[in-house]
Amino acid sequence: MDAPLLEVLACRQSYHKEASADLVVLDDVNLTLREGEIVALLGRSGSGKSTLLRIVAGLLKPTAGTVSWRGGAVSGPTEGIAMVFQSFALFPWLTVQENVELGLEARGVPRAEREKRAEDALDLIGLGGFSSAYPKELSGGMRQRVGLARALVVYPDLLLMDEPFSALDVLTAETLRTDLVELWAEGKLPVKSVLMVTHNIEEAVLMCDRILVFSSNPGRVASELIVPFPHPRNRLDPAFREMVDGIYALMTRRAVPEPKAAAVQAHPLAMPLERVGINLMAGLMEAVAAPPYDGRADLPALAATLHYEVDDLLPLGETLQLFRFAILEEGDILLTEKGRAFTQADVDGRRVLFAEALRAHVPLAGMIRQVLDERWNHRASAVRFRDELEDHMSPDYAADTLRAVIGWGRYAELFSYDEEAEQFNLEDLE
Amino acid sequence: MRTANTPALATARRLPNIWDVVALVCVFATLITISHIARGTLVPIDAPGATDIGLDPWRLPEYAARTTLRMFAALALALLFTFTYGTAAAKSRRAGTILVPLLDILQSVPILGFLTFTVVFFMNLFPGQVLGLELAAIFAIFTSQAWNMAFSMYQSLRTVPADLAEASVSFHLSAWQKFWRLEVPFAIPGLVWNTMMSMSGGWFFVVASEAISVGDNTWKLPGIGSYIAVAQAQRDFAAIGYAIVAMLVVILAYDQLLFRPLVAWSAKFRFETTAGATAADPWMLRLIRRTRLLSALGDIAGQSLSAIGGMRMSFRRGTRRRATEGSRLTGAIWTFCIAAFFAWGAWRAFTFASAELTWRDLGDAVLLGLITMVRVVVLMILASLVWVPIGVWLGLRPAWARRAQPVAQFLAAFPANLFFPVFVVAIVHFHLNQEIWLTPLMILGTQWYILFNVVAGAAAFPGDLREAAANFRIGGLLWWRKVMIPGIFSYYITGAITASGGCWNAAIVAEVVSWGDTKLVAHGLGAYIATATEKGDMARVVLGVAVMSAFVLSFNRLVWHPLYAFARRRLTLG
Repeated sequence: MDAPLLEVLACRQSYHKEASADLVVLDDVNLTLREGEIVALLGRSGSGKSTLLRIVAGLLKPTAGTVSWRGGAVSGPTEGIAMVFQSFALFPWLTVQENVELGLEARGVPRAEREKRAEDALDLIGLGGFSSAYPKELSGGMRQRVGLARALVVYPDLLLMDEPFSALDVLTAETLRTDLVELWAEGKLPVKSVLMVTHNIEEAVLMCDRILVFSSNPGRVASELIVPFPHPRNRLDPAFREMVDGIYALMTRRAVPEPKAAAVQAHPLAMPLERVGINLMAGLMEAVAAPPYDGRADLPALAATLHYEVDDLLPLGETLQLFRFAILEEGDILLTEKGRAFTQADVDGRRVLFAEALRAHVPLAGMIRQVLDERWNHRASAVRFRDELEDHMSPDYAADTLRAVIGWGRYAELFSYDEEAEQFNLEDLE
Repeated sequence: MRTANTPALATARRLPNIWDVVALVCVFATLITISHIARGTLVPIDAPGATDIGLDPWRLPEYAARTTLRMFAALALALLFTFTYGTAAAKSRRAGTILVPLLDILQSVPILGFLTFTVVFFMNLFPGQVLGLELAAIFAIFTSQAWNMAFSMYQSLRTVPADLAEASVSFHLSAWQKFWRLEVPFAIPGLVWNTMMSMSGGWFFVVASEAISVGDNTWKLPGIGSYIAVAQAQRDFAAIGYAIVAMLVVILAYDQLLFRPLVAWSAKFRFETTAGATAADPWMLRLIRRTRLLSALGDIAGQSLSAIGGMRMSFRRGTRRRATEGSRLTGAIWTFCIAAFFAWGAWRAFTFASAELTWRDLGDAVLLGLITMVRVVVLMILASLVWVPIGVWLGLRPAWARRAQPVAQFLAAFPANLFFPVFVVAIVHFHLNQEIWLTPLMILGTQWYILFNVVAGAAAFPGDLREAAANFRIGGLLWWRKVMIPGIFSYYITGAITASGGCWNAAIVAEVVSWGDTKLVAHGLGAYIATATEKGDMARVVLGVAVMSAFVLSFNRLVWHPLYAFARRRLTLG
């Protein structure tokens, strides 16, 4: 086989923080891309997959490691690599035609050729009649088609796609996926290779030849899978389902040791929490407790019924696991005794159960309450807790964690919080 | 950061109609009348002993305090005006037909030109007392503050979200409760922002309005403006320096103590579904919230206000009256009253003009107006060429943008007329052409509006579009043409409208500048008005101001409004 198109070696990306250690987003990532393949970077949000895509595009410089494109080092945006954005990134003041022509104009392609190529690209992608429209006149699906046409018109060797379908509704996204796969399979796309970022497992299995599964904190390539099915693929094919289930299992298996590992670590506060609403937790537990699941649900099936993606479902499951309301194992979610008790309790009973779990398993919540009890005026500034959290995690995570605990603590009536003064207090509690 | 803030002037997207003409005539008929009364009473008044101005820097704190007090007195009046006039214009369709165009005209009148009349008018209300002078100065500041605040109120009231209005009706809130519970909170962010802009504009007027000379009489109210005037007359450079420092301290203090906290506080009334990036609270607001005494005081103030707003004041029980319900008879009477006032105004203007002025005068004024317009246009182009690239550079670097933004706002608030003497000295010393070198003074104070709006625009430029531009390797001129300039255009226009309006107004004080006995005059409509004022020639002041208003108005309607509408339609994101 010929030389690889793209090679990423020992790539590392980290951000400096004054006080604590560097925040590592990507750690020791290797990636090789050859002609004729579609590769997916699959992972949870915060796993650094979008960062890797931007490094490949030359929009970001990696802290360490090398990126080479056709044998030469990548330093800055490269000719031959075009990108499709999650948010479409169309210029609202340019018409569809002008948006598509923009990349050619930057290369100094003469007007006549520019117009010809733009029309061809728009026809290919099914937008022939829209060339004089402005992006805001188009629906989301149509806009992403413009985004695709804009990338294809420069005849890139490598097409990068950053969660290209996640801002679209389910039906539109599916149409666009199948259209794209069809064009690819028929060899009509003027690209040699595609690298796409996604958090949708089915999307990755449906479209790609190879899947790199990322783990979070820091982002690493956890495993690499080859998708052996020929196009067009059938989502209902047992082998297809098996592969999706397998990836779910893979991703939940990775998720299991994390909270425990964190708890074992030096400090009880070194536990980043995600903001998951009480109603969402209750809703999920109720769904799992009810038939047909009766306490044990297959995550892919659950995700399909609830129209959830991995990104929504896994944090939710992990939070339930943290409170010991549920257990995640091998792609399944399993309600515990406490979880069942919660679903059967009334409004007040649920609050009491939740409060117990919160005090027992979230050290930060217990600590806030303890400080408030000790203070003569029963007040404490949120800033001091955030500062303490920032010694153990990035400011963004610290802020999220604090917000999560504030929400949970208020529901559990463990403490009150004054948003304007940024103070915890014990007012309005029995 | 400032995306939601648009100048009141810009958002009134209407074509000129008959009401504009009516409003224009009414305004000028009234002003002519006031000036007519004033002229008959133009007698020398012994300057009261209280109005001696000393150049001892130790007197500056007192002067600064008095000037600031005047500012806040005017601000209180402007708020009163805003809550009554703005509300009336929004609530009553009938009143709105005349009140809204009237406001639009008033915004465009260069009020500096009328300082003379208002001084004499108020002096006659309180003959021989300082109070008359004080009121005149306060009135002048008020006229620089009130219009855009009232406009902001009017616009907010007209755009209250329908669902919230329905909710308040379905919970049987009385009109009074609805006003304080829904409409005022909804109007607050815009009002706070416009109040801040008004205060910035007000400093310019306070400096100009404290020392007034009409004919042979000169009155000086104790304050920083008079201090500057005396320093200018006595060629005391050190004193000018002291005054600048004092002004700096005053503006810094009110900015830090009042407006930063106010703006941060008003953010909670913003009607947004997404939580924007929140900047750190200003230290003063933190102080108020964290300090027991201050926060208790704040609570008391808040609770008493809330009690007033909660009262079931209702003048009429039952369902709301619909605007269309009014009987045709009242409608006819209303129209007749306006028509009668219009006819009287037109007659008044005609007799006044035919008695005092010739067509030649009008020709002169228009010609000079064109000269001033050339100045404004050239200045706007130059200022844009300088500040747009700098603003974009700063705006794309968040760390720099955060630092530049408050500095630019601060500079916009600083009364540029304090720096005029420096220019005069330079022009005289280097024997420069005054026609050219007096020109920059006009934009000295208002160019900052361009800068900080461009910085805000570039800072708000979406990251994904920047990435797309980089990914397709768009650079050089193409980048400016297709990427950045369209992206910041609506912000730029917002700033440019404010800057150009300020330019016209500043022409009256910038085209004639003196330093001791040296007096530099540049040809232009501003100098025309200033010279006529000095001679006490009311007819020509009125003519000059009318012509300038017409220029400003046509400039707004023919250049800025179409550009703004285009920017809104085509160049806004999302």
